[in-house]
Amino acid sequence: MDRIDRLEAESIYILREAYREFKNKNLCMLWSVGKDSTVLLWLARKAFFGHVPFPMVHIDTHFKIPEMIAYRDRLAREWKLDMIYGENSDALAKKMTYPEGAIDRLTCCKYLKSEALRHTLAGDWIRYRMNHATGNYEPDMNKDPYQGVIVGVRADEEGSRSKERYFSPRTDNNEWNIGEQPPELWHYYNTSFPPGCHIRIHPILDWTELDIWEYIARENVPFIPLYLDQGEGKRYRSLGCWPCTKPIESSARNIGEIIEELKSGKLKNVAERSGREQDKADGGSLETLRREGYM
Amino acid sequence: MNYREQFNIVISGHVDHGKSTVIGRLLADTNSLPDGKLESIREYCKKNSKTFEYAFLLDALKEEQSQGITIDAARIHFKTAKRDYLILDAPGHIEFLRNMITGATRAEGTLIVIDINEGIKENSRRHGYLISMLGIRQVSVLINKMDLAGYSRDAYDKIVSEYQAFLKRIGIEPFSFIPVAALNGENIFRRSEKMPWYEGPTVVEQIDCFEPDRGKADKPFRFPVQDVYKFTGMNDDRRILAGMVAFGSIRQSEEVLFLPSNKKSRIRTIETFSDKPPECVSAGMSCGFTIDDPLYIKPGEMMLRVEEPSKPSASRRFKANLFWMGAFPMVKGKQYEIKIGTAYILINLTEILGIMDASDLESIGNKSEVDRYEVAECVLETNRPVAFDHTPLLDSTSRFVIIDNYQISGAGIILQSLEDENISLVKYLARRENRWDAGSVTKFERETRYGHRAKLVLLTGSANIEETGKFLERSLYDMKFFSFYIGMKSLSAGLDNDLDGSIENREESIRRLGEISRILTDAGLIAITCMREMDDYDAEKIRELNSPYELLTIKYGRSPFDKFPADLDLPEDTSPDTAVEKIVELMRKKDIVPEYFL
Repeated sequence: MDRIDRLEAESIYILREAYREFKNKNLCMLWSVGKDSTVLLWLARKAFFGHVPFPMVHIDTHFKIPEMIAYRDRLAREWKLDMIYGENSDALAKKMTYPEGAIDRLTCCKYLKSEALRHTLAGDWIRYRMNHATGNYEPDMNKDPYQGVIVGVRADEEGSRSKERYFSPRTDNNEWNIGEQPPELWHYYNTSFPPGCHIRIHPILDWTELDIWEYIARENVPFIPLYLDQGEGKRYRSLGCWPCTKPIESSARNIGEIIEELKSGKLKNVAERSGREQDKADGGSLETLRREGYM
Repeated sequence: MNYREQFNIVISGHVDHGKSTVIGRLLADTNSLPDGKLESIREYCKKNSKTFEYAFLLDALKEEQSQGITIDAARIHFKTAKRDYLILDAPGHIEFLRNMITGATRAEGTLIVIDINEGIKENSRRHGYLISMLGIRQVSVLINKMDLAGYSRDAYDKIVSEYQAFLKRIGIEPFSFIPVAALNGENIFRRSEKMPWYEGPTVVEQIDCFEPDRGKADKPFRFPVQDVYKFTGMNDDRRILAGMVAFGSIRQSEEVLFLPSNKKSRIRTIETFSDKPPECVSAGMSCGFTIDDPLYIKPGEMMLRVEEPSKPSASRRFKANLFWMGAFPMVKGKQYEIKIGTAYILINLTEILGIMDASDLESIGNKSEVDRYEVAECVLETNRPVAFDHTPLLDSTSRFVIIDNYQISGAGIILQSLEDENISLVKYLARRENRWDAGSVTKFERETRYGHRAKLVLLTGSANIEETGKFLERSLYDMKFFSFYIGMKSLSAGLDNDLDGSIENREESIRRLGEISRILTDAGLIAITCMREMDDYDAEKIRELNSPYELLTIKYGRSPFDKFPADLDLPEDTSPDTAVEKIVELMRKKDIVPEYFL
């Protein structure tokens, strides 16, 4: 088994463990439709032999790059996914957003992502579910909180993510107590939790950005072409909302060239999320956001 | 495509002995840092009038920097010419021991760092013990801060011989001892000119010699069943046993055995959800199997080859070495959840054979509980038989963790399988019967008056057992017998209202059913109840709890537990009338009700 085989086998084991322990307690997977969580979705189809036995939850800020939403719905139909999205309808209606000039970038992230996520998971804000017969989204009748949430974070993305466990308890306010995390040993994870908590599950914690691209190449995982240079010498390295996500200088036109670029060390000095403006707003901002439940 | 190998190491040792410096130096000297990173940290230190420390480089979080200690097993990547490394930084503070353990269980090799001036400290020993217990065999010891000891060979030799003696006691034979001055990079990547007397490898040379654990595929085949899938969507009718191969390898069509249930079958297909499923799978692979027979296999069973000469044990009792890290002590008489292989069941601590402190291996003497950071040799008893190994050769199927207060609180290794007895239940029953406060009417008087003996009739199986149970109650009543139907739904709505579906609570609901039937049969009744998903261990437990009156088990239709031992086995297509007739006939034969009645 090579490195990618080992990573795949471990991630599948964790996904199956999540399903085993949480299938009766409302399990879901967050899908940002970026490369990492799409690889995670691919791994889920492998883990469950072609099925995805839990809903995929997407937080729609309504400022996502339009190709992202089209791609989400196309895969949801093709793979028969139980597709759900949530949003901060109130902030959107009141135009309390950064692109509309009302608030700063970080507050916007907090409203449209953290808050929307928290309430979508808790089930106290409306969720929309894809009706596969019509292809449209309809308000979801199920309002039960999700108690197990599978998330595609990687330890090498930035500092605070390197502190994560595979199974990590959060209080219902999405708080994360880094110093007080229970131990994880061998293939044994903390799958029971007190009332007032839910569990975040991180099956691809050990993957690097390069692993992700090598896997996408090996498995032919469908991905959004925005990650490639379309001829202007620029490509997206990380996808998010269009007002706050900038492409990087790169002429990589296919996966092979992305992998070469990553291996060559050309991007070594450039953080993966460097195109994400909200990360720069204050030194520890992403950690602050993550404590509040940001992905 | 050519993927580079990745090797996981953990750096352990006492607080302030220089673990972070070793890591920082490894990163800097192997050119694994982003450009400008080191300079920016140096700049930061200068601005804040702090002495530069490599630790700052690793302190990814604000919180850490303010406390000056590494909180978690942070992950750090670096590469040598040979391969990629992932360092799991193990913090030295005692309160972060669980983080050290988390990091260490994922490592294949370790560097233990000891400060030459401070010498061997509490956590040098405790970490050493844990590394041994966690099963890490590739160990190198770095004697650090040699610059502060004048690069003295004598001082180095003294610590080496002392620590070597300690490691020998816990079964570790280190690959090497290396004198280093991490801050200056002496013997990390660059061979030190200040210690010409040292001829062994540098740190980088040493770790490049560690070997990934490749031998697993050559060991006896073990497949702990993680879960059983029957997804019905997209016209899928496969029933797949899913999991990761722990050891060995297996091919299609081989005969397999499941423990502890002792069921046998043959591998029909290997499933991986890829275009071409492999014909053979081996250790480390996550896969699935379909088998020839429609057996009811539960998660937690261990699949192995029928012809395997070295089989795991299947028992309810075993002797183990246990390390406790829970906030509350581990006590006898309390039920804990245990994860062993893929079996998640309940356990009792029944005997403590010895306790010692992991930091000095001194025996603590007779105690009735295991406190935090203590190591206990003890006897554990599970609520039902479980399959396990007990050899360092098959380490991952020999280890377990114990959950208390919603958290993994203990970890251990099984040393020996003990006779399969349910001693906790036997003790519980002896105590109950001893204290039973019987009324003034005897069993014989009741039997004479009622004209029958007391019994619990337990129906299980796929047929309409509830309807049949009620019909049996009616029929017996019409024959002037004293019968009573216990509805399981009534119990869960009332008596078991406080219980949810967890495994502890399932055991508790069975205990309550057993105790109710003990009272009803003591009252002279023929009690009747129906349970669909019941295995022979459940039946055995109810039988024991209902003693001295015992139990009549009726299997009506198919039971998922194909070995379920029933007093009467009725085919699915038996009509309820005939079923009741047969049951009454059996009750007559067993002299529970008289042969003829008036």
